[in-house]
Amino acid sequence: MSVILAAGDPLYVLGVDVTVVVIAAIKVLVAFAALMGSVTLMIWFERKVISDMQSRIGPNRWGPFGLLQTLADGIKLFFKEDLIPAQADRFTFKLAPYLALIPALITFTIVPVGNSVTIAGHTFLLQVADTPIGILLLLAMSGLSVYGVILAGWSSGSKYPLISSVRASAQMISYEAALGMTVVTVVLATGSLSTHDIVASQAGGFWNWNLIRLGVVPFVIFLIAITAELNRPPFDVVEAESELVGGFHTEYSSLRFALFFLAEFMNTITMSAVMVTLFFGGPSGPVPNIPHLEWLFPILWFLGKTVAFCFAYVWFRAALPRFRYDQLMDLGWKRLIPLSLAWMLLVAGFLVSPAWGFSLAAISLLGSVALTRAFEIGTTREVGPDAVLPTVGERPLPPYVLRRLTDGEDN
Amino acid sequence: MASRTSFFGGFKLTLQHLTRPRVTSSYPKEKRPKQPRQHGRHVLNRYEDGMEKCIGCELCAGVCPADCIYVRGLDNPLDHPVSPGERYGYVYEINYLRCIHCDMCVEACPTEAITESKLFEFSFTNRADAIYTKAELVVDDFGQPQRLPWEDWRDGESDMTSGWMRATASAGSADYAGVVQWSGDLGVGIRAAEAGQSEHRDDAATGSKQLRDAFTAHLLPEDVPLRSRGIVQIVERLESLRLRRSRKTGSS
Repeated sequence: MSVILAAGDPLYVLGVDVTVVVIAAIKVLVAFAALMGSVTLMIWFERKVISDMQSRIGPNRWGPFGLLQTLADGIKLFFKEDLIPAQADRFTFKLAPYLALIPALITFTIVPVGNSVTIAGHTFLLQVADTPIGILLLLAMSGLSVYGVILAGWSSGSKYPLISSVRASAQMISYEAALGMTVVTVVLATGSLSTHDIVASQAGGFWNWNLIRLGVVPFVIFLIAITAELNRPPFDVVEAESELVGGFHTEYSSLRFALFFLAEFMNTITMSAVMVTLFFGGPSGPVPNIPHLEWLFPILWFLGKTVAFCFAYVWFRAALPRFRYDQLMDLGWKRLIPLSLAWMLLVAGFLVSPAWGFSLAAISLLGSVALTRAFEIGTTREVGPDAVLPTVGERPLPPYVLRRLTDGEDN
Repeated sequence: MASRTSFFGGFKLTLQHLTRPRVTSSYPKEKRPKQPRQHGRHVLNRYEDGMEKCIGCELCAGVCPADCIYVRGLDNPLDHPVSPGERYGYVYEINYLRCIHCDMCVEACPTEAITESKLFEFSFTNRADAIYTKAELVVDDFGQPQRLPWEDWRDGESDMTSGWMRATASAGSADYAGVVQWSGDLGVGIRAAEAGQSEHRDDAATGSKQLRDAFTAHLLPEDVPLRSRGIVQIVERLESLRLRRSRKTGSS
């Protein structure tokens, strides 16, 4: 047990006593409070930015610049009537919001927020837990969060949520593959699953960031895949208001509805933070030499980068129309997955030797040509396995039309 | 390719909108300037000597499509006449629950007694309060509409209330377009006539505003399609291009 704990965090090196437990508990509490606070700010930020982009005013009633609007909404939702549809599977219906929320909370624990800090003789990382399986936890949790959506949609006992949950399962599973392979690329380059190691390997300037080191392609794939994982626009077919009312949370009200929104925005923040960790060096950045304040600047760098990505998500929402469902699947299976696979092979090959790298690049190139041809055949194919459809004029007429033609108008 | 550029064009456009003025106004706090011809709450005007213009002819009540005006005329008292004519409006009531602000009464009035201000922000909690009587409708001693406590008056909403809006004479003859044919109002004097379709227009005096000018604040030059930019701007642009070219050739 202590071996696992002592893997990264210097807090556990000297053994576990009461102070260490207290520090760990405080870290968890602070992370939880900060995440909750940042969700309120994120909702406000999203509403304000998108209203600016649409030349509107946005929330401005509650608090300065409408900052307390989210709080007001939360209080309103808290006091609303909690409805459970008669057709619902009651237990699953109640369980689903928590299944959506808890993975969002857990994912944040692996994100390094700053460098290590020493308080009262104890040095510890500014990270809730530096588990040796760090990035696997991310994949596991993003896999689990699908269950929240699927079970919510299914247990509502209603048509639109069910359609939404079917879409959600298909979408999240298909983008999970591309996501996983880009993460593998990062892990290959670092040689460790621990997020602390991933960040440490990117220290020392932006040219060391995985964004540059791995080429920009994995980052772009990761960004697209994670947007789809989050069900954020332009990939929000799961909760497409114009098609599915509210999607999987149509039947939810009151606090359970609020939990879904909390989970969604918490996921947005967490995934921005994960992206910063994986590709943008996490808290790394130039630190000015100010005594007693050196610990602050990594945190500020981390926050700045994360906010930039939060802005990017809002920007996507303002700028891009929603993808059609088949376009979404096309993008996932036909483009992102082959591309991320090829790039992963490339990175792996060049890590071994240039000869391996170039031969794998050639193989990927050949594979992509073959794939392109296959897609082309697939899209221009006639319906059915060997179907050769006659032209419209030669098609046999339906029997009732034939009968009318031969027997006269009366029949 | 065009679709691809427009795909990324969305990003540029949304960023541009961050810097543009917002279209939404925070309405109850600040009001947008109203159009000079805005139809709002009525007023009953008075002549420069203080006499009421209404002669109690009931033409307004007759023409009203919503049937919201109730007028009763009475002979003027000989010792202190209310209006210059033979009769005056003894009872004048408008029910604002029925009024549709079509301005037909203003058109019908032979003496420009009834006109409309630009105020529409007034409300009641009682059906009886919706009926305005002469006590509320007649202008005050300075010729301005009465600012009643339940109405939300701001600057500019009582401007140009009197009979200026007619392009023609009160008789309706187009021959008098742009020619003032009415007598002055108490406190505010004589209004300029609106141009109508004639050439002589004095927009400063009548408060008229071209719709094109009203919207320019919300448009960037490149948003206006080229064919609507007006020949003047195209000519100016060509001029500047020609100038620049001639300067370049002149220097070399």
